[in-house]
Amino acid sequence: MTDMTASAPAGRAPALAGRVKAAAILFVLFALFPPVVMLADDPFLVLIGTRILAYAIAALALDLILGYGAMVSFGHAAYLGFGTYAVAILSSYGINDIVLQMLGAVVISAVFALVTGAISLRTRGVYFIMITLAFGQMAFFFFISLSAYGGDDGYGLSQRSTLFGTQVLENDFVLFYATLAVLIGLFAICHRIVGSRFGRVLTGIRENPTRMEAIGYAPFRYQLTAFVISGCMTSLAGVLLANQAEFVSPAFMSWHRSGELIVMVVLGGIGTLAGAIGGAVAALLLEEVLGMMTEHWRLWFGLFLVLMVLFSPRGITGLVEKIGKGRS
Amino acid sequence: MTNLFVLQLLNGVQLGVLLFLIAAGLTLVFGIMDVVNLAHGVLYMVGAYFVATFASLTGSFWWGLLLMLPAAVAVGLILELVVIRRLYTRSHLDQVLATFGLVMIANETVKIVWGVSPLSVPTPEILSGSVPLMGPLQYPVYRIAIIVAGLAVAGALYLVINHTRIGMLLRAGATNRAMVSALGVDIGKLFAIVFTLGAVLACLAGALVAPILSVDTGMGESVLILTFVVVVIGGIGSIKGAFLGALLVAIVDTLGGVFGPILLRSVLDPSAAGQAGRMLAPMLVYILMAAILCAKPAGLFGGRG
Repeated sequence: MTDMTASAPAGRAPALAGRVKAAAILFVLFALFPPVVMLADDPFLVLIGTRILAYAIAALALDLILGYGAMVSFGHAAYLGFGTYAVAILSSYGINDIVLQMLGAVVISAVFALVTGAISLRTRGVYFIMITLAFGQMAFFFFISLSAYGGDDGYGLSQRSTLFGTQVLENDFVLFYATLAVLIGLFAICHRIVGSRFGRVLTGIRENPTRMEAIGYAPFRYQLTAFVISGCMTSLAGVLLANQAEFVSPAFMSWHRSGELIVMVVLGGIGTLAGAIGGAVAALLLEEVLGMMTEHWRLWFGLFLVLMVLFSPRGITGLVEKIGKGRS
Repeated sequence: MTNLFVLQLLNGVQLGVLLFLIAAGLTLVFGIMDVVNLAHGVLYMVGAYFVATFASLTGSFWWGLLLMLPAAVAVGLILELVVIRRLYTRSHLDQVLATFGLVMIANETVKIVWGVSPLSVPTPEILSGSVPLMGPLQYPVYRIAIIVAGLAVAGALYLVINHTRIGMLLRAGATNRAMVSALGVDIGKLFAIVFTLGAVLACLAGALVAPILSVDTGMGESVLILTFVVVVIGGIGSIKGAFLGALLVAIVDTLGGVFGPILLRSVLDPSAAGQAGRMLAPMLVYILMAAILCAKPAGLFGGRG
């Protein structure tokens, strides 16, 4: 973290450009994915791709507060859950339009993030991690006891959301590209936020809250705003995820899921936006590959995590840089 | 009604005592070493599995309990030496990730070694059965034994922390780690002792609860989050806070689940009250935590926030 800030003033412009370039490469690869899958004649892979994209959205949103605000939120899976249940609950009342469902998810997430964020941000460090975790669990237990929607067992959706009254999202390929479009749109927004005055203040608070306060910024307001934005964005991932799985359950919001989101962000290197997207891809692919090799993939995934933290503290980005430096 | 209240209150105290055993170690690790340890719930689970294995090998719960202790010390020491020790100087984020990895490793290892089906531990002969409390009310002896054992450990912990040299170092470490280190105390050794002590207490809690719960891989998870709530409410680094927090959380959780719907029924119609009560009951402890944090951001007995 320290060496990153030390080099930041000099390398600011190239770093920004590099971030966009890396993301653009990822987006092109994503866009090429379905045609390649068509050739391989395995349409199920498109669904897995959609799942990865949806988690990439969540990881991107988490990176906004984790990487740029140093807020380690361990309850972000709750917002995934709000998104998925917004689809389930609204569609049971006949509201199938995905835009309206996203609106519902964003509103409920904003309220939850505003209230829990205001309480959590009164504290920092270890307290913040544990309190966000506890609030995440609170949401988890709420949906477990929501027996009208299956409680613990979850709730199958009768159909996917509609887009402007059409059923185009029933097609796996359309859903994939719709998810990709949301991801690209949110990346553009995050990129703008990070580069804006608001983003600079947030980064400043990350580095030294006392100094920022001394020059006249109230850290709390900026952090809370970022926290709410991040929560709302994560809920959009939930809406897409519910459509991908055509099933919702509290499992989307267990604390393991929150941990996995953090893993994705760190795997790609925190505070890089494109890294979070790459990290989501890497983490989920690793999960799929390990899952194919052994039923005890969690053992190896856990081992990988511990070793990564002990030996490559800055994630894949750090590893790539280390190798790059070694070569030059 | 009074009978139900007394019964649930005792259940609450029993859960509170167990939560205290787990939270005591966790709060010391947080307070003294400033390490977020998500793997603490795993130790509770491992303790239960140890006692289940040793009890079935020796045919006696007591031998199982006795053999569990050195095994718990070994697990604590190994964890500290291999992983936790390298995390002291790292960011909280790194600690979260590494210990999250440990949780995955431990849960999977337990599944490989002991299988996925839950184990059960027979209640020891002397402590089986129930005693009459008041009127027709009966209460299982074993649960009373848990309360007594937990309170005894709490008492011993109080003596160690307030009246011994190592306890003095622990208190000093929780208040100002850098100063203790500057005074020439071997901080590495102190940390190893703290972590191992916490591990043994968590294993003990798991071992004590094994006869009344089914021993399975999920048991550490639910307790971990409740323990976090206890530590946050009590204030990080405070044993006294952990004790009061544990009792508060456990009693609110137990009584709220039973009496919440009953209380709601006096203001709402029965079906709505039942529904609302079922949804609110599991959220009560978190609402309690939020309320306490609003008033005291550093917890009831926390020195720093």
